[in-house]
Amino acid sequence: MRHRVHGRKLGRTTAHRKALFRNQLIALFTHERIVTTVAKAKELRPVAERMVTLAASGSLPARRRVATMVPDKAVAKRLFDEIAPRFAGRSGGYTRIVRVGPRRGDGATLAVIEFVDYVPHTKGESGQESSKTSLMDRARGMFGAKKNGEKAGETAEAAETAATPLEEEAAAPEAEAQAEAAADEQPAGQSEESGEAEKND
Amino acid sequence: MANPKRRHSKARRNKRRAHDALTQPGWSVCPTCFEPKPPHCVCPHCGSYRGRTVIEVEELD
Repeated sequence: MRHRVHGRKLGRTTAHRKALFRNQLIALFTHERIVTTVAKAKELRPVAERMVTLAASGSLPARRRVATMVPDKAVAKRLFDEIAPRFAGRSGGYTRIVRVGPRRGDGATLAVIEFVDYVPHTKGESGQESSKTSLMDRARGMFGAKKNGEKAGETAEAAETAATPLEEEAAAPEAEAQAEAAADEQPAGQSEESGEAEKND
Repeated sequence: MANPKRRHSKARRNKRRAHDALTQPGWSVCPTCFEPKPPHCVCPHCGSYRGRTVIEVEELD
């Protein structure tokens, strides 16, 4: 029985797991949003929220406790000076986890973990945009492949009929074709992204 | 060494496989773009989740 067994080991020893959380905390506090697996995101959340709560007090003991889990001084400073003040009115619930879809390669469900006040970048910073597009390509490559394999005709029809509002009518078949193209381009987009994804893991 | 005495008939084989069918994965409909999407997931078509929260921007051109 696994009654009252709390948490996941994530296939790691204690030290390895802690090191993973340290890496992920730095990435999260730097970028405000990271993409990882659902299991890792769910384990990371309480750790991350504890850091924000500690940082809200701003005291020296809090700084020292945070420093044990956020070994990067610049990032810790950013947590205390920029992130924690934004959540002054909250006691927990600083982060949000949203499922993105299965990862190509091993099918693990990916999730975004981000601060609740995170505002997605609109068009502008090219670097940001490209990483986001490739993420979408990744998700869509999976679904596109599934559709093509199992029920290509059915979904194509669904796209035609369901896409009623605005310019969706015209966009749908085009997007469908592009999804297929994106699936072909997958290796390039993925290798570009994989460096960052690895870091987040 | 123990060996099968008889070859299994097609009927036996097929009866065994009668319970092997896969089920369709669950699907829901994106409330924003009305495309099918996996439930509890960001819509892979428009990148929105729970209406307001636009998580991923699409734009592949």
